[in-house]
Amino acid sequence: MNDLSDNRLVKLFAELKAASKKTLLPFLSAGYPDLETTGLLLDELQARGVRACELGFPFSDPVADGPVIQNSYAAALEQGATCDGILDVVRNYRSGGGSMALAAMVSYSIIYRHGVNEFLETCKSAGFDAMIIPDLPMEESQAVGPAADRLGLCNVLLVAPTTSPERRIEIARRSRGFIYYVSVAGITGQRDSLPEETIRGVEELRKHVQTPVCVGFGISDPQTVATVCQVADGAIVGSAIVKRLMDAKARGATSREMAACAGAFVEELITPLR
Amino acid sequence: MTLMSDKSAGNGYFGPYGGQFVPETLMPALAQLDREYRSAMADPAFHAQFADALRKIAGRPSELYFASRFTEMLGGAKIYLKREDMNHTGAHKINNTIGQALLAQRMGKKRVIAETGAGQHGVATATAAAVYGLECDVYMGSEDIRRQALNVFRMKLMGARVIPVNSGQRTLKDALNEAFRDWMGSVEHTHYILGTVAGPYPFPEMVREFQSCIGAEARSQMLQAEGRLPDVVVACVGGGSNAAGIFARMINDKSVRMIGVEAGGRSLKPGDHAASLSAGRPGILHGTLSYVLQDDDGQTSLVHSVSAGLDYPGVGPEHAMWKDSGRVEYLPCGDEDALDAVVALSRAEGIIPALESAHAVAQAMKMAPKMPKDSILLINLSGRGDKDCNEIASILERRKGSEKK
Ligand SMILES: Cc1ncc(COP(=O)(O)O)c(C=O)c1O
Repeated sequence: MNDLSDNRLVKLFAELKAASKKTLLPFLSAGYPDLETTGLLLDELQARGVRACELGFPFSDPVADGPVIQNSYAAALEQGATCDGILDVVRNYRSGGGSMALAAMVSYSIIYRHGVNEFLETCKSAGFDAMIIPDLPMEESQAVGPAADRLGLCNVLLVAPTTSPERRIEIARRSRGFIYYVSVAGITGQRDSLPEETIRGVEELRKHVQTPVCVGFGISDPQTVATVCQVADGAIVGSAIVKRLMDAKARGATSREMAACAGAFVEELITPLR
Repeated sequence: MTLMSDKSAGNGYFGPYGGQFVPETLMPALAQLDREYRSAMADPAFHAQFADALRKIAGRPSELYFASRFTEMLGGAKIYLKREDMNHTGAHKINNTIGQALLAQRMGKKRVIAETGAGQHGVATATAAAVYGLECDVYMGSEDIRRQALNVFRMKLMGARVIPVNSGQRTLKDALNEAFRDWMGSVEHTHYILGTVAGPYPFPEMVREFQSCIGAEARSQMLQAEGRLPDVVVACVGGGSNAAGIFARMINDKSVRMIGVEAGGRSLKPGDHAASLSAGRPGILHGTLSYVLQDDDGQTSLVHSVSAGLDYPGVGPEHAMWKDSGRVEYLPCGDEDALDAVVALSRAEGIIPALESAHAVAQAMKMAPKMPKDSILLINLSGRGDKDCNEIASILERRKGSEKK
């Protein structure tokens, strides 16, 4: 019960802590622009030194996402992306020796339809290490937490700017792997600057919990990654990467070129953490 | 009038259905809303204020009307209409928007947002916002902006901003998505006036209570008119607010048979209808666990209805509970039958029903002739059809064209 010591994500953060290092967690919309490219992107990110990555499962109605991720999800679904297809990409990545920690970012609508236990088991056996369920708040998380613990999957919970201090600590206590600290009240997407409160909020949370804290929503450049990682254990970058893929696609880039383009950007983002 | 706060649903669930499946960012706002709603429910001054506003702004109580010529035409049960179409702004939606606007005031929120399909909820929100001096933005699918042009104009005239939504099928579901996205970034100073008994808790309970004036009035008006309750109550179901409003105060009257009518569209094939209870399965949409139209991978299905207000792939969680328990029956009604019902009621009674309400009228037309003459069938006439006249005219024109061929 609750044996996460073998979990790649847990081991990664232990290793980083021992080395006083921070990490970048790129987010990809799985199946955008197609599943083949997603496979190439995983290899590319690993080659650029990324240690942990989030794969967003496309959903028809993502209420927490801004236009970039929404559009990428719609395009992925149009291309025929399915949960099975995404899980196959992850299986291939693992059978090819892929070693990044992988988190599945999935709407609870999708998980519920497949059945919680069945879905988590399949994710685990395909090679995922963590679940991030953006529409499953603490009150409802009992539906997933114990099952995830049993399977050795981290169920990552989110803390928002609107969350009260007491509630933050309660959420943090129940979160596994890391705590996803949402930096802005609003949807995903690029922002010009990071709110001051984010830094203070992360520092405050740190005083109360040992679990690593990663900050996401609105981070889009190396400077912000560096700033965030002064206090947090990791910075999550999503829309900015997906936007690069979209621009590359619009230019008519091949899958390989798109992967290389995203890789080069991720390289920039990760440099301050070296 | 009295509002009841439902203890059994105090945990946010109706049987196994309901809940709060929303991003953490919104949880504090839902908690604040729940606190404010409960404190208002416990405050006699709020009840008085709400009742007064319903009278002065909405024009309540609405009539219970014996449709004598319609009854004669159908040749069976006596047909009564609960005239929500006579409310100010033309539908039941105003009951809920007044209640929620008053709560927004209590919470000190100066801006309200809403989603709308048929535009009735948008108009009712814009109206309440004008009355109480609130800033108002309404999200509306661009397909619905086309179908419901009159209501778009009305909203703008009252000072609301109508924001077109171009994602998905550009209808009601997509408007809800955008309203939630707005609320994610504006919760501190904005209240989201959700227009039906769906969405995360406390919306399903709160909206039902604000709409329960329909059932409370109908119940006592019925007793006054006939000395007894109706044998059957019929209401259309989009998200389910007018139906919940009329059902809730008679749900414990076991002799009353209740029927919710969903959008059967062109057929019950996937993509052709919006009959979530008749053809869907339990699943999660817009923060609540209820019956939904989804594919096997959890993606929301395409929906269709001639009526923009019923064109929604989900339904309120309390209806899911009522369906499972068998307390309420849910049946689909197709586009064509609804259109026929518009024509029939217009001719028989001089009442042009909204396309949504016409679904309930059509169901009554199927049942009434088979019922004894001394039985009573009550239809919740949720709204008037002025908004639909252009759409109905063009469909009837097309029909005529195809008949000639
Ligand atoms: C007149 C009318 N009736 C019914 C509905 C459907 O909503 P509900 O099922 O919440 O009553 C609408 C929605 O727009 C409406 O305008």
